[in-house]
Amino acid sequence: MAKIVTDVVCPFCGTLCDDLEVKVTDDDKQILEVYNACVIGTEKFLHSQAKDRLKVPMKQDEEGNWSEVSINEAVEYTAQMLAKAKKPLMYGWSSTNCEAQSIGGEIAELCGAVVDNTATVCHGTTLIAVQDVGVPSCTLGEVKNRADRIIFWGCNPAHAHPRHMSRYSIFPRGFFTGKGHKARKMIVVDPRTTDTAKMADIHMQLEQGRDYELLSALRVALRGAPLPEKVAGIPRETIIDAAETLKSGRFVVIFFGMGVTQSLSKNHNIDIAIMLTKDLNEHTKAAIMPMRGHYNVTGSGEVLGWQFGYPFSVDLSRGFARYNPGDSSSNDLLRRDEVDAVFVLGSDPGAHFPISSVKKIANLPSVCVDPHYTPTTAVCKLHMPVAFVGVEVGGCTYRMDAVPIHARKVVDAPEGMLTDEEFLKMVLKRIKEIKGVA
Amino acid sequence: MAEYLIKNGFVFDPVLGIKGDRTDIAVKDGKIVESTALSNPQVIDAAGKTVMAAGVDIHAHVAGPKVNAGRNFRPEDKLFTYKAGKGAMRMAGGFSIPTTFKTGYEYARMGYGTVMEAAMPPLYARHVHEEMRDTPIIDEGAYPVFGNNWFVLEYLKNNELENTAAYISWLLQTTRGYAVKIVNPGGTEAWGWGLNCNSIHDPVPYFDITPAQIMKGLMEANEYLKLPHSIHIHTNNLGNPGNYETTLDTFKLFEGEKPKDSFGRSQVMHHTHVQFHSYGGDNWGNFESKADVMMDYVNAHDNLTIDIGQVTLDETTTMTADGPFEHHLTELNHLKWANRDVELETAAGIVPYIYSPDIKVCGIQWAIGLELALMAKDLMRVFITTDHPNAGPFTRYPRVMKWLMSQKAREAQIDAMKYGDKVRDATFIAGLDRELDLYEIAQMTRAGTAKALGLGHMYGSLKVGMEGDVAVYDYNPETADDPELIEKAFGNAAYLFKAGEMVVRDGDILSNGRKRTLWVDVKVNDNPQVRRDITEKFLKYYTVSEANYEVHEEGYLRNPFRIEVDATQ
Repeated sequence: MAKIVTDVVCPFCGTLCDDLEVKVTDDDKQILEVYNACVIGTEKFLHSQAKDRLKVPMKQDEEGNWSEVSINEAVEYTAQMLAKAKKPLMYGWSSTNCEAQSIGGEIAELCGAVVDNTATVCHGTTLIAVQDVGVPSCTLGEVKNRADRIIFWGCNPAHAHPRHMSRYSIFPRGFFTGKGHKARKMIVVDPRTTDTAKMADIHMQLEQGRDYELLSALRVALRGAPLPEKVAGIPRETIIDAAETLKSGRFVVIFFGMGVTQSLSKNHNIDIAIMLTKDLNEHTKAAIMPMRGHYNVTGSGEVLGWQFGYPFSVDLSRGFARYNPGDSSSNDLLRRDEVDAVFVLGSDPGAHFPISSVKKIANLPSVCVDPHYTPTTAVCKLHMPVAFVGVEVGGCTYRMDAVPIHARKVVDAPEGMLTDEEFLKMVLKRIKEIKGVA
Repeated sequence: MAEYLIKNGFVFDPVLGIKGDRTDIAVKDGKIVESTALSNPQVIDAAGKTVMAAGVDIHAHVAGPKVNAGRNFRPEDKLFTYKAGKGAMRMAGGFSIPTTFKTGYEYARMGYGTVMEAAMPPLYARHVHEEMRDTPIIDEGAYPVFGNNWFVLEYLKNNELENTAAYISWLLQTTRGYAVKIVNPGGTEAWGWGLNCNSIHDPVPYFDITPAQIMKGLMEANEYLKLPHSIHIHTNNLGNPGNYETTLDTFKLFEGEKPKDSFGRSQVMHHTHVQFHSYGGDNWGNFESKADVMMDYVNAHDNLTIDIGQVTLDETTTMTADGPFEHHLTELNHLKWANRDVELETAAGIVPYIYSPDIKVCGIQWAIGLELALMAKDLMRVFITTDHPNAGPFTRYPRVMKWLMSQKAREAQIDAMKYGDKVRDATFIAGLDRELDLYEIAQMTRAGTAKALGLGHMYGSLKVGMEGDVAVYDYNPETADDPELIEKAFGNAAYLFKAGEMVVRDGDILSNGRKRTLWVDVKVNDNPQVRRDITEKFLKYYTVSEANYEVHEEGYLRNPFRIEVDATQ
């Protein structure tokens, strides 16, 4: 016999769909099928069942040979490493729950660490822009119920946030949007012809890296001021048409992704995108929202915010929290040889950091806490496997609009497997002993 | 558990009517007891010191999505304010929007034991509770916002009182909320379309109901449910010249109404931060105080309470569920603006603000807050707040006390303003020579607020049987003459006992206490229609499923304290 677990929250992307249904065996041990999820989400659940799953901590010796160690040895190595380091980097946090993030913050404070999350290489520029000019935003339900003008700028939800358009932004029929996508206008700004772009009413296929100019031109067009014949490769008429489309809407939303946060101009792109949104509020109602990637990267920013006052790249090494991206951000620290140990939990810098940074990690005492083998595993000295958050353990997670949703446990973790939170608590206890604090 | 005997202090307790008599206070097992009940107490010498029940703050924005957005988007607020952790303390920083740890420590240092988070968006209730869980020492509760909620708008439009009440019961239970908060009723829903309701009779777009109907209806539902606290209102038209008429219209809605609870409160409506709602004139040029009109009304009607929302002349961060107001503010000062509209429920905006003593309007705002208190006849119904952080950070309460207790301090402040004379002309402050005493301060910050919250049986007094929440200040009311001593003493409690435990000594934090989270569980008769409406709205319009909406006590609430109310009869 099997049973169905309902209202399951998907621990993949920032869309945090919470309507999944999962068929599990009666003994809560095995997932049989996943309903309602996108292919990536489905795979996330099914992959926890992989036969070759890592279940025991592994340690790498100086020759690069791996051997199994006990959990206590893994805790001891991690605690000693963090307690002895002068300035450890504690990176990741985006694929775990807020409970674990909170303990991580306490450890970081005790060890004088730098705590940083994956925003440092994706929407960190957005967070900086928000510090410059603010951010008029809304929840995804406002988009569903009110929005009739949708812009996707430098993002491709069809592939990266597969259910975004059907749950929130394009297709759903909401309270004031009874005609669904038929009454919505969709504008896509992307140099590529993505699957999202193919669906657009207006696709502005701008020249790569010239987002700032186009955003600027839209602000000009909104004011009815003169424009050159072409901006960023887009004809004046198209820009004016797009501006008029936005102005004539009842509720405009701009969604933007890494195509615009990590291309030339970085945070300045987002500054002006937000200012465009602010301008639009003089004509109609408008909001803007980053397409956050990891399912709880937003939560990491929130926890760091209420504990230390900054959303990412928080340097606690001087006894008080300091924040200066470009200086206190992970890659900058690694490249300048400023950290002497690396602890990774809930992300995969081995796959996403520049090779120069990954090489630095490989030369430092380092721990990777992750349910999977990842490219980070290969460069770390210790790999600590843990239970899957959102599959084998619940916890608080924040959606891309910062709405907190409690992820659900669906099946039991393999016997003896710790959760992130449990592992961190053991490490914290041990660090307190080593440092002799109560 | 340790026993304490606090000896020989000057005790101020409006509930017991003690006005500075030297009385001993005994604390045992977390409660106030008779001194004879102690067997082997630790004696605290409070000779020459002031003793009061711990403070109770009725209105502050200290936890939740907009507070945290304020923290994260203002790194500059952390400049020069960070302190390293020490002993029981975590590192802590921030000025107008301190970190959760600093929030707990600073309230404790001021001798406060209980604080109410004044606006909880229900969809974000989990976030509010997560932050409160990480805020040490102080007991907290949070008010979910109802004034723009679609369920409420629809039920009240159809005059369905019982359904409104059943929905309130469900939402308080689901979000672990404490009271019914109303912010810019109808106006924030209108903001969903970039619009507003500027008077209490402006109809809400589409929903076709007026703010007056919303407020009156929620009051009736609140009394039907017999909740500990009354409805808690921030009315329409905040911050605009001439808005005192809107405020007066709001007050008048409740004429003749009587409370029906059994928690001992005397009001049917609390109006918050009245300073922001007491403006005369019709532009910023002829802007003037209407505190006299406001207080004439408040003094003559005993079924309402207010808090002042004192401007403290600091750089701060404004944040409110009054979305259109924050947009108005960013157009006014051109500083950064954050906004977040919340589906079916509410919105919020955040804008940094500088209340400069060199700006005439800020000076007038400063005077109005003080006037409200100085013109009050019954200080059990008029409370000190700064609407933290809107008019200034809560850490300025001791300074507000100084201004209220010393005309000399007020005059010095006006003289330090660039347009002091113009401020005097536009206000009544120069003609007010009243100086509040410590008994009145205790009414405004403890006894009165606890009573208005329906928590008079736990907090706000040193009566035997109350919570062992006692603050001792190094302030001698018989000899102190320098007003600066007031600010110094009330910002650095000599001792704070929280639930019978010593958590502060000489301004140092000794312990993180056993913080509790207060919430109200009101039972109503089963209501199938409301149950059906909730299910339907979640299916069709929310983006979170009904099953994932509820905030569970376990994990999210530190030491939950459930206050049960039975409204089934």
